[in-house]
Amino acid sequence: MAVRKPPITTREYWAPGHAACAGCGCATALRLATKAFSEAMEEKYGDPNAFAIAQATGCMEVVSAVFPYTAWKAPWVHVAFENAAAAASGVEAAWKKLGRKGKILAIGGDGGTADIGMQALSGMLERWHNVVYLMYDNEAYMNTGIQRSSSTPYGAWTTTSPPGKYSIGEDKPKKWVALIAAAHQVPYVATASIGNPFDFVKKMKKAAKVDGPAFVQVQCTCPTGWKSPLEKGVEIARLAIETGVWPLFEIENGDLWNIKIQSPGGGAKVKREGGRVVAIEFKKPIEEYLKLQGRFKHLFKQPEAIDVMREQIKAMWKVLGVDVTLPKPEE
Amino acid sequence: MPMRKVMKANEAAAWAAKLAKPKVIAAFPITPSTLVPEKISEFVADGELDAEFIKVESEHSAISACVGASAAGVRVFTATASQGLALMHEILFIAAGMRLPIVIAVGNRSLSAPINIWNDWQDSISERDTGWMQFYAENNQEALDLILIAYKVAENEKVLIPAMVGFDAFILTHTVEPVEIPDQELVDEFLGEYEPKYAYLDPARPITQGTLAFPAHYMEARYTVWEANENAKKVIDEVFAEFEKKFGRKYQKIEEYRTDDADIIFVTMGSLAGTVKEYVDHLREKGIKAGAAKMTVYRPFPIEEVRALAKKAKVLALLEKNITFSVGGALFQDFSRALINESEKPKIVDFILGLGGRDVTFKDLDEALAIAQKALAGEEFDEVNWIGLRKEIL
Ligand SMILES: Cc1ncc(C[n+]2csc(CCOP(=O)(O)OP(=O)(O)O)c2C)c(N)n1
Ligand code: SF4
Repeated sequence: MAVRKPPITTREYWAPGHAACAGCGCATALRLATKAFSEAMEEKYGDPNAFAIAQATGCMEVVSAVFPYTAWKAPWVHVAFENAAAAASGVEAAWKKLGRKGKILAIGGDGGTADIGMQALSGMLERWHNVVYLMYDNEAYMNTGIQRSSSTPYGAWTTTSPPGKYSIGEDKPKKWVALIAAAHQVPYVATASIGNPFDFVKKMKKAAKVDGPAFVQVQCTCPTGWKSPLEKGVEIARLAIETGVWPLFEIENGDLWNIKIQSPGGGAKVKREGGRVVAIEFKKPIEEYLKLQGRFKHLFKQPEAIDVMREQIKAMWKVLGVDVTLPKPEE
Repeated sequence: MPMRKVMKANEAAAWAAKLAKPKVIAAFPITPSTLVPEKISEFVADGELDAEFIKVESEHSAISACVGASAAGVRVFTATASQGLALMHEILFIAAGMRLPIVIAVGNRSLSAPINIWNDWQDSISERDTGWMQFYAENNQEALDLILIAYKVAENEKVLIPAMVGFDAFILTHTVEPVEIPDQELVDEFLGEYEPKYAYLDPARPITQGTLAFPAHYMEARYTVWEANENAKKVIDEVFAEFEKKFGRKYQKIEEYRTDDADIIFVTMGSLAGTVKEYVDHLREKGIKAGAAKMTVYRPFPIEEVRALAKKAKVLALLEKNITFSVGGALFQDFSRALINESEKPKIVDFILGLGGRDVTFKDLDEALAIAQKALAGEEFDEVNWIGLRKEIL
């Protein structure tokens, strides 16, 4: 009988027994990322285990490494919140000296990357360490109880951006860390989503195989912080892509003028010029994405806030060189 | 044959690093220790030191990279001072807690505000509870030697905690003295290649480092750092003895000078010890029974040696370039703790002096002596005294 090869390795590095919440999209992201890494290392070095992980403080650290247990089947080190990139720099330098083949994977949340860890990340990228930095973006500080980060999107409720008489919730647009990383002109930068796991795996493999630094920002759902149904994580992430909220793109060698935008799916009409995406007409309104999450519930009482969000999303796409049309829901 | 070269303490520290052959160095410049990474860059550029030098973007990342590299199982080195050490503070605890034998050279400098680049010991003293060992050099030779010694102690299996070696800003960092550079082969014999016993970030034997510990385990983890500090006391003596045998220079946790029949013993650290020894000679000529003691090792705190020292004196005069607010100096606190349960103990008088690079002269020491003599005579005295304070500008 013919046995079909599984689409991704059955090797596990993120083992069962970790303590993430049920339905945690970030746990899914880490499991996929390490599998992808293993495949890349096997293809590049002939050794699926040729990697080590340096990780920032945050949910994914706390749930995976509670002494005397560990969910990690790969060499793993955690130093502090703001320095995964710096610690990874040290590991990479040591491996170089030890003549050890392989690549270092640095992992940080949006807080540990976009905020407190930004300096160390910039230093690591600029010094050209052979490290893949994976930013798992659950759009808030979840480990300390859902406070806003600079990666929290406009309008979202968090415990430090509560909606109220004088507040719409988070009142700043999301910081685009992938673009900041790309400005370092590193070999590879990409955004990804657990809403498109195959694409995420492909990008992680690509990142792991380049020589030099790479950065991948993966949006992953957090049912606890997003107040969303446990079983709908992938669906919500998928909707973020299909409504235009979360663009998927790749930037190679820091070429900001040649950002490779991917088709979002969901019936969106994509216009290309010379192979380049120049415009996208989205079919699904962002409301479809928002309505599945308690963190945006208050916005439905103030639809003008959702219009502000639409304008911000358009502005973000404009930076990416794409003209987008975002529909309003049918009355 | 060992070489003799005239050099600054910063260069001596760089030479020590070169001799110790760390595989990874990560550093960020700060006055007064800038020359340390500069000199090491030259060694690396010339191929005299085969190491990865990570030119990090901050001291926080310097120590973080050292932790990463040390966790990967190699010998590492960095240098800093003052605000730079303060920026490392958070990670210093982590390095000790993770039991990584990192060595830092510290050009001891004051802390802001106001900004001041000159010498006192507030920077490393402020890190005394991080679990790191602390050595203080009196001169440039000691800066070199103590770094080698620090590695040997730190990497001992019973110890495995990081160490910092302090040498005074400008007084040593920028002043040239003849320094004997030991033979590489001898240093290799003394230190050996660093080979961590456990697998460190090895894909063939993956381990998890830097975990979270619940209340059920945290205390025990902290206790092992305590235990490691306790073990270090004996190991330091052994390493001092071995160093003396190999290189001919003798070190002690507390080095005494003319203490045997002394009434008053001045206790200090770092380069000030040189001045104080000379001052003691000067007092002896005048028939005053004074002695000096130098703390070469400050952490682990050598309680037994302090008790032995205290038995020799009627007054212990502590000369400190640091402050612990509302207490006095850090030594004052430590000495009081060491002696509190002794049945017979000397009076302890504390002197805060030389902060921010203020010169410490014989005139200042005369001022301290006068107060110590009051204590000796059984008169009333202040426990904490600021020496050389310019009251007219207050
Ligand atoms: C210097 C420092 N400040 C604050 C904290 C507390 N802290 C731990 S995790 C965290 C938030 C992590 O957020 P993020 O990086 O977004 O990861 P997540 O928890 O969402 O996975 C904070 C604020 C810390 N550990 N260190
Ligand atoms: S709080 Fe969110 S990110 Fe953290 S473990 Fe739970 S679901 Fe995952």
